[in-house]
Amino acid sequence: MERIPILRMGEFLLVTIQVDMHDQLALTLQDDLAERISRTSARGVLIDISALDMVDSFIGRMINTISGLSKVMDAETVVVGMQPAVAITLVELGLYLPGVSTALNVERGMERLRERLDAQ
Amino acid sequence: MRPERTGSQPVRSEQDVVLARQVARKLAVECGLRLVDQTKLVTAASELARNTVIYGGGGDMDWEVVEEGSRKGLRLVFRDEGPGIADVKLAMTDGWTSGNGLGLGLTGTRRLVDEFSLESAPGVGTRVTICKWN
Repeated sequence: MERIPILRMGEFLLVTIQVDMHDQLALTLQDDLAERISRTSARGVLIDISALDMVDSFIGRMINTISGLSKVMDAETVVVGMQPAVAITLVELGLYLPGVSTALNVERGMERLRERLDAQ
Repeated sequence: MRPERTGSQPVRSEQDVVLARQVARKLAVECGLRLVDQTKLVTAASELARNTVIYGGGGDMDWEVVEEGSRKGLRLVFRDEGPGIADVKLAMTDGWTSGNGLGLGLTGTRRLVDEFSLESAPGVGTRVTICKWN
């Protein structure tokens, strides 16, 4: 079955979405991440969406859900690399992704996760 | 060779939703839409194609490259022969959802395009037409 790889970097999990996802693939990623957070006791999840040229309400909902479920499992999620055209479209669509942390790039996303961890 | 002006794309599965997005992107580029408008149109196409699959039980996306003077645009029609929408006015209310989404499908989609029309009749099907100009 087609899957989006989840890489482990110390206490963090790193996901880079590089394909045009169909809905089932997005749902599989959601389930896989929950399972990996639980198995690895990861403290943070970084999702790189810089290769996505579109985020519709379904993918937006997936991002929301991942963010919410990781919080419940004591991990932080940061979404990085959203393209400007995607951000404009999302807001116009009415999807503001409340509760989702974002950063401009992977470096700053990592910084954000480390800060959060240090603050605890 | 002159590019095709019209065409049709089946929208019957989740994979077809991805294909519909890709076709819409390619055509939007050909029409000279700027990047933000391409993204809005592709996102709108994705929302409508998913509706066609989930609520309409599958259908088709017809496309047409339209011209008006020096303007060029892309018109997409999503049609299905599904159960239809009983209350179109209600379906076009912000925040309304049949239960599976975030409640921004149709109203959110309308905000992304220049022209939007929805025709639906219970038992007959649904037809949504959108257009974006460059």
